[in-house]
Amino acid sequence: MRVWPIFKKEMRLYFTSPIAWVIGAIFLLIAGYFFSAIFNFFAQASMQSAMNPQMAREMNPTESVLRPLLSNVTVILLLLMPMVTMRLFAEERRSGTIELLLTYPVRDGAVLVGKYLAALALYGLMLVGTLLYPLMIAYFARLDWGAVLTGYIGLVLLGATFIAVGLFASSLTENQIVASIISFGVLLMLWVVGWSADYVGGAWGKVLSDLSIIEHFDNFAKGVLDTKDVVYYLGFVTLALFLSLRSLEARRWKE
Amino acid sequence: MIEVQGLTKQYGPVTAIRDVSFNVAAGEIVGFLGPNGAGKSTTMRILSCFMPATHGSARVAGYDVFRDSMEVRRRIGYLPENVPLYQDMRVAPYLDFVAEVKGVSRGARKAMVADVMDRCRISDVQHRLIGKLSKGYRQRVGLAQAIVNDPSVLILDEPTIGLDPRQITEIRSLIKSLAGAHTVILSTHILPEVAMVCSGVIIINKGSIVAQGPIDTLVDEFFPSARVQVEIEGPRDLVRERLASIPGVTAVKDDGVDGAGGMFLVESPRGRDVRSEIFRLAAQQKWELRELRRVGMTLEEVFIKVVAGEESLAPGERTVEEAAARVSEEDVTARRPEDET
Repeated sequence: MRVWPIFKKEMRLYFTSPIAWVIGAIFLLIAGYFFSAIFNFFAQASMQSAMNPQMAREMNPTESVLRPLLSNVTVILLLLMPMVTMRLFAEERRSGTIELLLTYPVRDGAVLVGKYLAALALYGLMLVGTLLYPLMIAYFARLDWGAVLTGYIGLVLLGATFIAVGLFASSLTENQIVASIISFGVLLMLWVVGWSADYVGGAWGKVLSDLSIIEHFDNFAKGVLDTKDVVYYLGFVTLALFLSLRSLEARRWKE
Repeated sequence: MIEVQGLTKQYGPVTAIRDVSFNVAAGEIVGFLGPNGAGKSTTMRILSCFMPATHGSARVAGYDVFRDSMEVRRRIGYLPENVPLYQDMRVAPYLDFVAEVKGVSRGARKAMVADVMDRCRISDVQHRLIGKLSKGYRQRVGLAQAIVNDPSVLILDEPTIGLDPRQITEIRSLIKSLAGAHTVILSTHILPEVAMVCSGVIIINKGSIVAQGPIDTLVDEFFPSARVQVEIEGPRDLVRERLASIPGVTAVKDDGVDGAGGMFLVESPRGRDVRSEIFRLAAQQKWELRELRRVGMTLEEVFIKVVAGEESLAPGERTVEEAAARVSEEDVTARRPEDET
């Protein structure tokens, strides 16, 4: 499996073009804005609670800053990740480079995994940038590092799922915009599908809420690491990658 | 080295190539000739393992392109038609990537990339972004990626398109230098290119092979007659009549009027030279003989003959070059709607 050269090539393309820089900068800018807003609010609340011991007991930076911050970050990801992944196959198809790539002695699977890992690595770098925020909280207040760890594990798994879905969408078309819209649409549907769980109720309601891509994230943000959630995300990644491979193979016949 | 048997490719209801069969021996350079849309690229895409054929088989270096695709891919260098390259990569890292993906070891890579950049004359742009290069440079980077790992078979789809005359000469001599150690199949619609670079030719039209073989054999096969172009000042009908009555002359074509003289194309069986008889005829009749020369039979004429049919010289066209230009133009206009799909 020649995954490594493909991975390197994708990383090079992310960084020699402005894509990685622009996406990274916008992501950190918005995440930073959310962080400062939430942190300011928390600072004011703790100032007021100095007068009120009852309220002070409930002040918890992990619960009141980290958790809302993480859930805000997931919304940014919903909007940004389709743009990280849209080019992966669509651009190669549009420019024709896929014709060379798929005639090199590499298996389709290696191409797929290389591209997937590159997008994942870029996402990883974006997340590293956000580590500044927990560090800042920890400087001013006592932070539950266990919750930070599970929160970030959750973010990685969630992002990994977003990227797999985006990769699949990109393998379907030669139009990057279309790829981006498809992955955004799929992710948003998976996001909101849990909302009708209460309305449907019963076993189907449970299925809907279990299907929701964001319900599973909540546990991680609370500091709970549940295998069920991990399996959900990993299963999703596997499924999306499998479908991408199939679509890649199918396109060869149609080309 | 390349064996193609009964290859057929259908895109839905459209048949791009039908029952194509040919062989290319090791070390040969073969030109794949045909008007636009004849099926050249389709055949090359199948040979390069980009897409499977609907029927038939193709073997490269003894391996089936479908069943042993990896083995074939290891042995070929492919340059697709529009030279698709990563615009956002720099030349040297790009070639390094290609070499790595083709399995060149880390130790050998640097030297190989440097060597191929040297051979393709792109060392001076190695740090530039590919997207910022001129067409000529991009074409050469494309060729460089095809030959970087020294593959035994090269599949080049229109390797000289869009280059200036000097670059074309360079690329051609580069391709020529690959003969012997490499088997090359190159497609083109520039006819002289084939004659200059290739030892053999395969002519394809509307998805089927219409002629193949060494160039000289093909010319003899399609043109059993020799032709002489004559310009004589004299009464045109009488001149034509007399020319036709020369023993051995099989046909006389009126080739238009140039000033006071008439132009004629006199055909005779190959090996029968009628020029001295024409000269004597003119001297006898006291007609002024202005021109008398043999017209060489070229690949171009073979091409016109097999692709466009014999009646391809439309009125007003003096040479086959003009006819060739017309044929390819017509072809482009006729096929444009299809190409867009």
